[in-house]
Amino acid sequence: MSNANHLDRRQVVATLLADRKGAVAIGGLGASTYDIAAAGDHDRNLYLWGAMGGAVMIGLGLALAQPELPVVVITGDGEMLMGMGSLATVGLQQPKNLTIVVLDNESYGETGGQPSHTAAAADLVGIARACGISDSRALTTQMELKTFAKSLHEVSAGPRFANVKIDAANLERVLSNRDGRFILTRLRGSLGFKPI
Amino acid sequence: MHAHSDASAEQAAERTASWPGEIFAILKRLGVRQVPYVPDAGHAELINRVLAEPSMRAIPLTTEQEGIALLLGAWAGGQRGVLLMQSSGVGNCINMLALTQIFSFPFLTLVTMRGEWGEFNPWQVPMGSSTQGAFELSGVKVLRASHPSEVREVMEAAANQAFHALTPTAMLLSQRLIGTRVFVK
Repeated sequence: MSNANHLDRRQVVATLLADRKGAVAIGGLGASTYDIAAAGDHDRNLYLWGAMGGAVMIGLGLALAQPELPVVVITGDGEMLMGMGSLATVGLQQPKNLTIVVLDNESYGETGGQPSHTAAAADLVGIARACGISDSRALTTQMELKTFAKSLHEVSAGPRFANVKIDAANLERVLSNRDGRFILTRLRGSLGFKPI
Repeated sequence: MHAHSDASAEQAAERTASWPGEIFAILKRLGVRQVPYVPDAGHAELINRVLAEPSMRAIPLTTEQEGIALLLGAWAGGQRGVLLMQSSGVGNCINMLALTQIFSFPFLTLVTMRGEWGEFNPWQVPMGSSTQGAFELSGVKVLRASHPSEVREVMEAAANQAFHALTPTAMLLSQRLIGTRVFVK
């Protein structure tokens, strides 16, 4: 399933988060969460191990609550397809500080590599743009990724959407913390909010 | 003293408003900022009030489950919210309701009921009949208001347990309260 023209997912996420500063990273269930964990645990990481289709909406709620805070959702093509309507909801709200990155391996890697809809006709960049996210693009090189990573911090220029075709090889799992209460309390604490 | 008299005036206004007005006043007093919704005729007055309120953001959804994830994000960023939907939307939420148990965040939803009390449309009956059960199986406590005189009290209870005890809560607004939709003359 490897494709030499496609990027390595771990390198993609490491590049996106290398100089993250205060940005919050939300990982969709599956390999995207492992990629974020592999880039390094962080108070401002929110990992999902379920709730398929919800990653973008969590990012939207946070981005609207904290408009000066860069929020980046990193998820896979299958998770994004299940929450495709949320692109229309983001297109309506136009949160300027929200970035959505899809790691597109054109397959459901966690469940045996069955082809996803993006392997055929579904074009997530086109869908995002048609939903009103005018800054929607495909990223194909590490150089483009480095430039894009800097733009995450421009909280007055979003929302932005990027689709990155990645190699479909299954990498070793890097398990993130799975305790939701801990992760949420830690994230809120880093933003200055106390437990109830 | 001034703050106290303001609060009294606020509460007096809540008591004289329509029941959607009472709900709105309580949400405003409790600092609710994000109001995701899939529209329903029974929520129309409340949605209009939210749309006219600068401190609140009304967020139309494509499907109800989006609202659960949105409210988690809002809380991560320090804001309270409430999800508005009709009973037919509850079935769309089941898997996403896992977020309320995993993250223990304040989750409150107000659900207008169909498929009961004099319903005309048979398609509303299956989901309306399983709304309460579906919530309870998903770990969400259910409170219900069926008469205008009890809306304020039930709303206070629902908001208190959701926001202060982190108890995921759905408040059902009975079809008897909203009125049966008339399709034929």
